[in-house]
Amino acid sequence: MTKLASDTRSVIVERELPHAPQKVWRALTESPLIEDWLMKNDFQPRRGHKFTFRAEPQPYWNGVTDCEVLEIEPPTRLSYSWNASGAEAATGVKTVVTWTLTPTGSGTLLRMEQSGFRPDQDNNYQGAHYGWPKFIAGLERTVAGLGD
Amino acid sequence: MHAAPDLIFRTLADPTRRAIFERLAQGGEQTVHRLTDLSGVSQPAVSKHLGLLKQAGLVRDRRAGRETHYSAQPEGLAPLIDWMGHYGAFWRDRFDRLEDLLNRMDQ
Repeated sequence: MTKLASDTRSVIVERELPHAPQKVWRALTESPLIEDWLMKNDFQPRRGHKFTFRAEPQPYWNGVTDCEVLEIEPPTRLSYSWNASGAEAATGVKTVVTWTLTPTGSGTLLRMEQSGFRPDQDNNYQGAHYGWPKFIAGLERTVAGLGD
Repeated sequence: MHAAPDLIFRTLADPTRRAIFERLAQGGEQTVHRLTDLSGVSQPAVSKHLGLLKQAGLVRDRRAGRETHYSAQPEGLAPLIDWMGHYGAFWRDRFDRLEDLLNRMDQ
């Protein structure tokens, strides 16, 4: 695995699924299936293919994520860049999402690593699909415990 | 230059101030008069809240004639956004959906 620069961090989610790797692979690489669980997209399973994920635009987030397929090795490994788009590209997230599928006795161990978060990434409010109202709601819960 | 997270939290901990900020964030630029009408507190109180919000980098003001117009400055919240926390929650939610899809697929 690529060694990350020491000043970036990753989000990792791992789950054991009772489904064969081939089936999980389809869900990760067929555009209509990807849309079902992730977002609208024009993904194609080809290295170098540039595509976007699109969510509903929200205040302060245009809803678009710019991606490019970096690695594709059926049915074990898939990675694409995951970057903020348009006016938010300069200050937004610049990350890489890597999917790894490992066969287990009863299915697949699926691992997602989103790498490249910079600790100093503070000039950025893409919204992470949560949007302004939800963010405010979360903030309200956070500050509720603080008093004056 | 961003305010310290601590100052932003303290500023938004006050419910009236938070309500003013939300109103500006959702309704766009407004005058002190309009905000006073909507908030149910006195105009000096609203002005004081706006001053504190401005100090925390959460609103900006613009004078036009005799009125001062205030608008939200969402980038002022940036120091509070925990990107890794957001994406962690995002991906766990999407894993749930993926599992649901896999259960519906034939093979």
